[in-house]
Amino acid sequence: MTMSEASTAASELLLDARGVTKRFGGFVALNNVDLVVRPGERLGLIGPNGSGKSTLTNCLCGALRTDGGSISFAGRAIDKLSSYQRARLGLGRSFQLPRPFHSLSLLDNLRIPLVYAVNARGGTHLSEQQIRARSTELLGEFGLGGKLHRLPGDLTQVEMRKLELARAMATDPTLLVSDEALAGLSHSEVDEILALLLALNKRDVAVIFIEHIMRAVMAFSERLVVLVAGEKIADGEPKDVIADERVIGAYLGQ
Amino acid sequence: MSNGRFILFACLVGVALVAASMFVTNEYYVFAAYFVLQYVVLATAWNILGGYVGYVNFGTTAFLAIGLYSAAALNKWLDLPIPALIPIAGVLCGAVGLVMGYLTIRLRGVYFTIATLALSVVVQTFITNWDYVGGSRGLYVMRPSEVPVFGSYVAYLFFLMTVLAVAAVVTARAIERSTFGFGLAAIRDDETAAAASGVPVLRLKLVAAAISGGLMGMAGAPLPFYLTYVEPTSSFSLAYTVNSVAMPLVGGTTSWIGPVIGAVLLGTMQQAMTVLISSSVNLLVVGLLLVIFVIAAPNGILGLIRSKGGKKPDPETNPLAAMLVTEKRSSQ
Repeated sequence: MTMSEASTAASELLLDARGVTKRFGGFVALNNVDLVVRPGERLGLIGPNGSGKSTLTNCLCGALRTDGGSISFAGRAIDKLSSYQRARLGLGRSFQLPRPFHSLSLLDNLRIPLVYAVNARGGTHLSEQQIRARSTELLGEFGLGGKLHRLPGDLTQVEMRKLELARAMATDPTLLVSDEALAGLSHSEVDEILALLLALNKRDVAVIFIEHIMRAVMAFSERLVVLVAGEKIADGEPKDVIADERVIGAYLGQ
Repeated sequence: MSNGRFILFACLVGVALVAASMFVTNEYYVFAAYFVLQYVVLATAWNILGGYVGYVNFGTTAFLAIGLYSAAALNKWLDLPIPALIPIAGVLCGAVGLVMGYLTIRLRGVYFTIATLALSVVVQTFITNWDYVGGSRGLYVMRPSEVPVFGSYVAYLFFLMTVLAVAAVVTARAIERSTFGFGLAAIRDDETAAAASGVPVLRLKLVAAAISGGLMGMAGAPLPFYLTYVEPTSSFSLAYTVNSVAMPLVGGTTSWIGPVIGAVLLGTMQQAMTVLISSSVNLLVVGLLLVIFVIAAPNGILGLIRSKGGKKPDPETNPLAAMLVTEKRSSQ
C-alpha cells in the first residue's frame, strides 16, 4: 500500500482507535487494542466475560480515560473529550444493564438526548413540537408507542432494552455502540431487537455489536473482532474468525 | 400556567402577605411569619441541589452564615442598607457554592454530604476567629426603630423576606420546567446515562450548586437585622441544616411546591411549639416527622397526594433513597 492509499483509507474510517490501553491499578484491562469502524458498518465484538469489551466501550465513549493510544472519530481526535461531547459528535451508546431516567416519562427520557445532544450539536434546532414528534416517532418504532407517558419502572425487561436503544438512537448517532442489548432475552425477543438494530443500520448508522449469543452475532455482523484478556486476537470475516483456532481455544470451545 | 402568569400569581401572594402584615397589631406574628418565609427560601434553595439533582447538602448553615456575616461586616464597615447587602451576599455565596461544587461534587452520595458538613465547620472556625465581626463574643447590629412607609422595622424585614421568597419560588419553578431542569433530573436519575445522552453533567451541577448557595446566602443577609445580635454558636445552629433538609423531604422534593409546603408546615409548627411548649422541643418534633416521612412517605406530602391518583410513589426520586441506590449501583 502506498502512502496516499493509506491516508485515503484512514480518512474513510468513522472510528479509528489505535493502541488503546487501559489499566486498573496493576491489572491491564486493555492492552494495545486497535479497532476501526467504517461508516455504516456492522461490527460484532465478542469475547469471554472480563475480556475488556465493556471497558473498551467505556473508553470509546468517554466514560473512562485511556492510559495509552489514540481514538479518533469522524476524523477528529476525541481522546480528551468528555462523554457528553462525544455523544454530541454522534457517538451513541446503550448500556449493558438498562439505565433509564426513572423519574421521567418515556417521552422525557428521549427528550434529554434530543435537547442535549441533537440541539447542542448546532445546525438544526428542534422546537418543542419537533421534540415531541421525534420522541413519539422513535418510541413508536421501538414498539413503545402506547406507553409514552409511563415511567420506565412500568416496563418489562425487553421493553426496557428497547427504551435503552431508543434513547441511544435519539442522540442521532453515526456510530452506535450496543453493549449486550440481548442479554437475558428469550429467543423471539432476541430476533425482535436484532431486527430493530438491522433497521437502524439500514439508515447508515454504524453499529458495534457486543454480544454473547453467537446466533445473533453471526446473523448481524459483517466483520467480527474477538477480545481475550484485554487483547485483540482476531479481526476479520465472521466465518473465518470463528474457524480460527485461537478463537476456538480461547472463547468458542470445541 | 406559564412562567409569566406564575410570576404574577406569586407576586400577588407576596403583596397579600405584606398587606396582611400591615394590619396585624401584634408584632410577634410578623416576626414568626418572617421565620417561616426564611425557611421557604432556605428549603427551596436546598431543593434545587438536593431535590432536583439529588446531592444532599448538609452545609446550609455555612451559606446562611456567610450571607449573615458578610451583611453584618459590610454594614459595620460601609453602613450599606439591606437591599444592597442581599445581592452582595447572593453573589458571594453563589461563588462559594461554585467553588465548593467544583471541589466536592465529583464525590457521590454520602461522601458529598460529608464534604458539605465539613464546609460548615471550616466556615464556623473562620468566623469564630474573625475579630472584626466580634469573633466568639458576637456583634450587635443597630437598626433604626422606624422606617418610612413600613413603619416598624420588623414589617420592613418581613417585606424584604417576602420578596426573596417570591424570587426563590419563581426561580425554582422556572428551573423545574426548563431544559436545564430536565438535565438536572437526568443527572439525578443516572449521571453516566445523562452524560451519554449529551448532558454536560459537571457544568449543570455547578450551576445548580451556585444558584442554591446564592439563594441561601441572600436569605442570610437580612438576618443580623432581624436578630440584632449575631454570634457564631447560634448562627451555625444545626437547626438551619436539619430544617432545610427536613422541609423539602416532608413536603416532597420533585416539585417547587414541596419545599414550600414543608417550610410552611414545619416552620409554623416550630414557632407554635417554641411559644407553647419550649424551644428545645421543636427540633425533636422535626426529627420525629423526618423519620416518619422517610419510612412511611418517602416522597413527602406531594407523593402522598399523587399516590391517591393511583400512581405508585417512586422512592428513587427521593434524594436519601436515591443516595442508597447510588451506593448499590456503584458496588455492582
